[in-house]
Amino acid sequence: MHRRTLLTGALMSALAVLGLATPAAAQQPPIKIGLSMAMTGGLAGGGKSSLLGMEIWRDDVNAKGGLLGGRKVELVVYDDKSSAAETPAIYSKLLDVDKVDLLFAPYATVPTAPIMPLVKQRGMVLIGNFSFQVNSKVGHDMWFNAAPWGPADSWASAYFDVGQKVGGKTVAILAADQEFSQNVAKAAKDVANKRGIQIVFEQNYPPNTVEFSAIVRALKAAKPDMVYITSYPPDSAGLLRAINEIGVGDNVKILGGGMVGLQFTSVMEGLGSLLNGVVNYNTWLPEPSMYFDGTKDFFEKYSKRAVEAKVDPLGFYLAPFGYAMGQLVEGAIKSTNGLDQKAIAKYLRENKHNTIVGPMEFSPDGERKTTATLIAQFRGVKDKNIDQFRTAGRQVILFPEGLKTGEVIVPFEKARN
Amino acid sequence: MFSLDLLRDAVVLGLLLGCFYAAVSIGLSVSFGLLDVPHVAHPAFLVLASYGVYVLNEYGIDPLLAGLMLTPVFFVIGLGTYWIYYETFEKRGQDQAVRGIAFFFGIAFIIEVLIILALGVDQRSVSAEYIGKSWRIWDMRIPMRLIVAFGVAILLIFLLTQYLSRTFTGWAIRAVAQDEGALRLMGANPFKIKRWAFGIATAVLGMAGALLIIVAPVEPTLDRAYIGRTFCVVVMAGLGSMSGTLAAAIILGVSESIVLTLFGASWAPAISFTLLLVVLAVRPQGLFGR
Repeated sequence: MHRRTLLTGALMSALAVLGLATPAAAQQPPIKIGLSMAMTGGLAGGGKSSLLGMEIWRDDVNAKGGLLGGRKVELVVYDDKSSAAETPAIYSKLLDVDKVDLLFAPYATVPTAPIMPLVKQRGMVLIGNFSFQVNSKVGHDMWFNAAPWGPADSWASAYFDVGQKVGGKTVAILAADQEFSQNVAKAAKDVANKRGIQIVFEQNYPPNTVEFSAIVRALKAAKPDMVYITSYPPDSAGLLRAINEIGVGDNVKILGGGMVGLQFTSVMEGLGSLLNGVVNYNTWLPEPSMYFDGTKDFFEKYSKRAVEAKVDPLGFYLAPFGYAMGQLVEGAIKSTNGLDQKAIAKYLRENKHNTIVGPMEFSPDGERKTTATLIAQFRGVKDKNIDQFRTAGRQVILFPEGLKTGEVIVPFEKARN
Repeated sequence: MFSLDLLRDAVVLGLLLGCFYAAVSIGLSVSFGLLDVPHVAHPAFLVLASYGVYVLNEYGIDPLLAGLMLTPVFFVIGLGTYWIYYETFEKRGQDQAVRGIAFFFGIAFIIEVLIILALGVDQRSVSAEYIGKSWRIWDMRIPMRLIVAFGVAILLIFLLTQYLSRTFTGWAIRAVAQDEGALRLMGANPFKIKRWAFGIATAVLGMAGALLIIVAPVEPTLDRAYIGRTFCVVVMAGLGSMSGTLAAAIILGVSESIVLTLFGASWAPAISFTLLLVVLAVRPQGLFGR
């Protein structure tokens, strides 16, 4: 008996230390935000970094005393293994078992696409995390994508803007054979046709392609002015290596566009000087035009925690947007003073939101009103050095005009030196 | 868009790629082809070896040398794995193949998770003089890393063939593959020979893993992409034939490369299984089978 009392006492004090048994917390349930995240599988490199961004936001908010009069924010996260097959079950569980108050989308297009109908049916706000045009067919009016993409064609338009200015008239399009890359490639084809750019080479390569030398050889034979590539992380590195070895010929003015993977530190570090000259999309870069209220502060925290968490040490691509997703709901909860989904959606749709990645406004389809996707060129990159990417000038921003920090160097083979 | 230049390049690149496929399959040709062990964890060990090479390369060791250094380590891992498999499955009888597959799938997943825990989920690659450069002959440019993979693969297969045909242990391994019962009657212990052979099959992965990460960056779940390819090569070759493995891998590499260059990349994954089906229909014992 005596022993049991001691044990209970010890347990209670342990709980108190952990802050779990304090009366205030008992009365005030946390605000639960549910999501799945790619913590293993092909997208995990980005997924873990994105999650760390959200966690830093959560800790910042909780340190300031939480939301709605002291309610702490809690993230309920499950690993979706980068798989579209996992996400519908996870989001059903988040809604029915965990009974979360708000939803964040999983990282990337492929895992997000299958949860859209479910979320729409349940009338939940969904903050998008880097998916591309997943709402175009579903038409969920409570979808808000924090990614900088904007209108469907803006990504390709921006790239062709840069290429046409230096005299590009033909294009080769090489795309990975899966949802995201196909969407981006399709938009590129539409834009090319509209602008009268001739498509001289068009191929889709399957996931799990190991060796790209043969594909690059065929591409070279088509002698394009511009090469538009939409690849996924596992292939981008292999593809770029083959491009360096086989060469693409002197015709090519710019090469890149939609290569996913070149935004991740391990890939950038591994490729080193092979990156030079590539003109590719990005989301955030340490260029002077990219610092907003709280940006610098965020990256100081991120750099420290990324080392401990063994995730992408730079975290430019996804992490600040994970934080910004938090800022979006934080602003909406504060302004509407509640968790009503309709009120939050209305607030998000009608206002301009300041975040650490710049101001955001949404159009009726839930994508950003204007694109903030960066088109940047790698320059002067050396091998095996992570810290060089922290300095300005390694990835010069060519687009959009408002954020531009330099002019493109052509042709591609010259820009590599 | 067809031209002879393109076809020539496709054949050369395919030949090199094929030798690389042979190098990553040759271990399986011993473990599955000769020993009848349903070793679906073979590609997982391969990726594990690549990560070993990556870690050693971080200390400035050349990837090929690193692969060589890993060979004895993998030999021991192979001995241990076979011992567990034998004690828990093979010894007990009838449905060993089915349960063996489950066992090796389990091992593959454990390896994946261990790699993720230790080194994270990021893609890793190595650096060496010959990576990222190419060799020019006339107007043709051949990636140096594929030439290295080609050379090492040929050497590896040559050594293994010599070992199996010239040494006493080599004969014993082939004997156990042909008739385990007869071997037992001669007073030899098939378990010891098979364990040794499995050790060799795994040791070869040290070098093959080095080639894998030299040819392309690796990530922890890359093994899944290789299960189909390696089994296809081994079955197409005819179980247990070393030179057949090389020939089958080259056929696969060249066909893939020609299709990639001339017909479009979407068709490439269909190649391995189409070839396999054709071979199984026409010559069920494999191209070079007994």
